[in-house]
Amino acid sequence: MTLFVDSFLEGVRSIDELLKYARIEGDVAEIDASDLKHKELNDLMRECVLRGARRLILKNVCGQRYIGTRLYFKNNVKIEIEIHGTPGNDLGAFLSGHRIVVYGNAQDGVGNTMDSGEIIVHGRAGDVVAMAMRGGKIFIRDNVGYRTAIHMKEYKERIPLLVIGGTAQDFLGEYMAGGRVVLLGLNLKNEKHKSHYIGTGMHGGVIYLRGKVEDYQLGKEVGVVEMEQEDWKFLENVIEEFCNHFSEKEYDKDEILAGNFMKLIPVTKRPYGKIYAY
Amino acid sequence: MRSHLLPEFIVERIEERCDKCGVCIKQCPWEVFRWNDDKTDILIDYTKCVGCQRCVVYCPNKALIVRPYPGSYRPNAYWTKEIISDIKKQAEQGGVLLVGTGSDRPYKVYFDHILLNASQVTNPSIDPLREPMELRTFLGRKPDKLEIEINGDDIDIRTELHPNLVVETPILFAGMSYGAISYNAFLALAMAAKEFGTLFCTGEGGLPKEMREEYGPVAIVQCASGRFGVDPEYLNCAAAIEIKIGQGAKPGIGGHLPGEKVTAEISATRMIPEGTDALSPAPHHDIYSIEDLSMLIYALKEATNYEKPVFVKIAAVHNVAAIASGIVRAGADVIVIDGFRGGTGASPKVMRDHVGIPIELAIAAVDQRLREEGIRHKCSIIASGGIRCSADVVKAIALGADAVYIGTAALIALGCTMCQKCYTGKCAWGICTQDPNLAKRLNPKEGAKRLVNLLRAWSLEIKDMLGGMGINAIESLRGNREHLRGIGLEEWELRVLGIKGAGE
Repeated sequence: MTLFVDSFLEGVRSIDELLKYARIEGDVAEIDASDLKHKELNDLMRECVLRGARRLILKNVCGQRYIGTRLYFKNNVKIEIEIHGTPGNDLGAFLSGHRIVVYGNAQDGVGNTMDSGEIIVHGRAGDVVAMAMRGGKIFIRDNVGYRTAIHMKEYKERIPLLVIGGTAQDFLGEYMAGGRVVLLGLNLKNEKHKSHYIGTGMHGGVIYLRGKVEDYQLGKEVGVVEMEQEDWKFLENVIEEFCNHFSEKEYDKDEILAGNFMKLIPVTKRPYGKIYAY
Repeated sequence: MRSHLLPEFIVERIEERCDKCGVCIKQCPWEVFRWNDDKTDILIDYTKCVGCQRCVVYCPNKALIVRPYPGSYRPNAYWTKEIISDIKKQAEQGGVLLVGTGSDRPYKVYFDHILLNASQVTNPSIDPLREPMELRTFLGRKPDKLEIEINGDDIDIRTELHPNLVVETPILFAGMSYGAISYNAFLALAMAAKEFGTLFCTGEGGLPKEMREEYGPVAIVQCASGRFGVDPEYLNCAAAIEIKIGQGAKPGIGGHLPGEKVTAEISATRMIPEGTDALSPAPHHDIYSIEDLSMLIYALKEATNYEKPVFVKIAAVHNVAAIASGIVRAGADVIVIDGFRGGTGASPKVMRDHVGIPIELAIAAVDQRLREEGIRHKCSIIASGGIRCSADVVKAIALGADAVYIGTAALIALGCTMCQKCYTGKCAWGICTQDPNLAKRLNPKEGAKRLVNLLRAWSLEIKDMLGGMGINAIESLRGNREHLRGIGLEEWELRVLGIKGAGE
């Protein structure tokens, strides 16, 4: 018989044992995450909310996954989560309306299939940021990894937004079906963006790129179109919001807006409509 | 370009029975029938016929016969009519051949090479009409051991149990999305599941908001690579969540719901703009390994407060046993294994007909492997893909499954005649279509009734077979291969199935 280890659930302590890691004062709870396993932290966060906390301050976070995911409540209560340290994968996965601010870097899967709410990362993020995101906003101050915004979607007035201050690795906006991605390239010093295959298989949504990108970096399914008045208006708002979030960088909105912007949209809503025989 | 294809079907009319009522014209979405100019006769263009038999069934005078077109090429066992037609079609259209339904190729059907046991003398058989017979099945992870505390008459279970689902018969409805099938067909499945005490799977097209309260508790909601319609309420309203990795009809590839099928209602449920192709990527791009799968399994458990079992559905492929072991270790509560006969609304023909392995071999291999590793109780196994009758259900369970999914059989109950044209969206039976005029042909209440009848009929037959074996609970049949014997099978086949030959 081989050994079976359920590393995720093994050794998870009961909520009574975990409460000592939290200090709840009024509607603010402060949690010291340094000794907590993934599930323990999320159990404790949920418990704090059930006990009336609406603002959660997480200290010493180190790799704990799914922060914010467990906080789906039928009464749609909105929670503010402040994270100090490095949250683990799937930060804010399936997020339901909460606001998460990370003072540090994030790992893979930020905002995976996120439904609504806001995630602000004062640092970089890993791969598949905003995968299948369907609403809400994500702001990443620095760079992101591979396959960012893959299969992001939109429906009517629900249009997700992802803003990246730095650059992205390959397959940015792959399979994108909706939403807005803004890639600012603020840390590039006259170099090209890193990503290749930008918008491969894209069939909805818009990507705004600031800075340099060569034609060969773009996927076959995207086209570059002229920026119009409403695009500038949209960008102005978004960039203002970005600058406000990351005041530590002292970015200047107008300086950013003066950069070279490019608008990418899919060439068709049906990229693979013509490959079949009936 | 002139088409070189031969007609597939011929439509014949028994003239003396036909009173030119025009029902055939109304019923056929393929425009085989039309009035002549002065509306005195109905003209037939059988080259458009797909053989769905709708006109035959609905002709009030039974005046029509639809049968395969008798004319063919010079008989050739190698270059068959199908092969020649496919080549011609691709030469004319230059694309990937699309088909609907599961594979129709004459591969060996293992179910038909397995026979069941019955009690004679040494062990009494049971009459299910008069004695209790248990088909109730619990799906989900079971504990390693059960600690109980007895206080007088009270018995408390002290072990913390994982969430389990209860079904009244080991037959569930397989994932078929709203989008692939019509709203009425989808609703009929939900209604039947609720009435009979089983579950239906939404497929990856989401669960319409208005159905969530009533049918969420009998829904297995799917989270597939396209993540269509996946929101926190969708996950939390359901009985269970299924991560779809693959399906038997097209292992290893994604899916394209063509934009013309993405109507306003479908776009609302999937949360994508109307008229956009709904593209499901081949892999989940957050799952490139067992560790990543584990991450999504726990993401879903986190999103539902550990209240729902998480299913993982894979296609039966070559190393299915090792993959299944990884899936259990990743934290899945139920594994669904979809054999290569599994149905589909649209699949490239080459994938459907040439990729994957039979469900019978896959189930036996997975059950054996999980037992050897001592982790069989950590998950339930659902066998899926080509379950045609109650005997297939019994054989699948005796080979190691806990329950089965039926998809094609359920659609046949609703009216499907296996014409294989699902991908055209013109289903004359109102099942695989989004055309409101066609979809309304299927009355959800009547459809649900047919489905409930089917479940009832199969359940009665299963009880008969169990009783005959002297078994009074479906639990005792699971993995009970002593009750199976092979016929016409080679040594290696018997070995993989873990059964003896007939007479042994």
